[in-house]
Amino acid sequence: MEAIENKVAEPPSEESILVDAARSGDIGAFESLVRRYDRNVFRIAQHITQNREDAEDVVQDAFLKAYQNLGQFQGQSKFYTWLVRIAVNEALMRLRRRRPERMVSIDEDVKTEEDSMPREIADWSPNPEQQYTQAELKEILGKTIQGLPTSFRTVFVLRDVEGLSTEETASALELSVPAVKSRLLRARLQLRERLNKYFKRRDGDTKP
Amino acid sequence: MKCSDFLKELTDYLDNTMDTHTKAELEEHLQWCHNCYVVCNTTKSTIEIYRDSKLYELPDELRSRIHSAIMTKCQCQKASQEAGLSSETPTPGEKAST
Repeated sequence: MEAIENKVAEPPSEESILVDAARSGDIGAFESLVRRYDRNVFRIAQHITQNREDAEDVVQDAFLKAYQNLGQFQGQSKFYTWLVRIAVNEALMRLRRRRPERMVSIDEDVKTEEDSMPREIADWSPNPEQQYTQAELKEILGKTIQGLPTSFRTVFVLRDVEGLSTEETASALELSVPAVKSRLLRARLQLRERLNKYFKRRDGDTKP
Repeated sequence: MKCSDFLKELTDYLDNTMDTHTKAELEEHLQWCHNCYVVCNTTKSTIEIYRDSKLYELPDELRSRIHSAIMTKCQCQKASQEAGLSSETPTPGEKAST
């Protein structure tokens, strides 16, 4: 089986040149960094807050905060990982403001191992996503991922949607590598289980 | 190998971040365990479907609005920093002209 490969693979030298220039006052260099990562930050923010207006605000606040604190960026991690950490914190803050009754934390403890154990083993139709229109598919995927606990959802989005490595995800979320792996496994298995009802092979489906 | 052992290793297996010996053990298990084979394949599809979904893409119009707002705020920040710096340490030339 082929491995799942990471999507974001930026040449570090080019990025660090832009960061250095931005740090020494070149606002055009910072603008290039905004253009490079605004889509990623928006996706992450919307996944966490589940609200478009909040996501817009998070993108603005995260980049402004990054700009204000560029002097503190040590270059030990990638700029993008550092930016994601800022954006995740901003998004969690917004979520807490909207849901004050329930403390939202990336560190929240999440149930037992059993909650992710496969209950239904069903093979999926070949090309399951083609059973639905683009709009229907987006609705299914959005609804399904929104049902995950915030800490699972965030790890899944950073690792599997945005393509950060396990180590980068751990650094961005200030979690240990084993904690990221454990949450990622449970997130993947829970999503798989929830998607079963839409994608499982029905009578009459042809074999691939 | 039991199915629960296979599941524990599933994330590393899908990410191909394991030693060759463990990988061979998992693949041997997959040869005869249909349930794990299905879970493995459908989990891989889950990841790929989300990764390719274009869920929450940033529309161009909204992108340019957000972009302008960010850069305006950064310009203001830069201007106020520069103003702060120049008022703290005025150059001799500036002092003479005021």
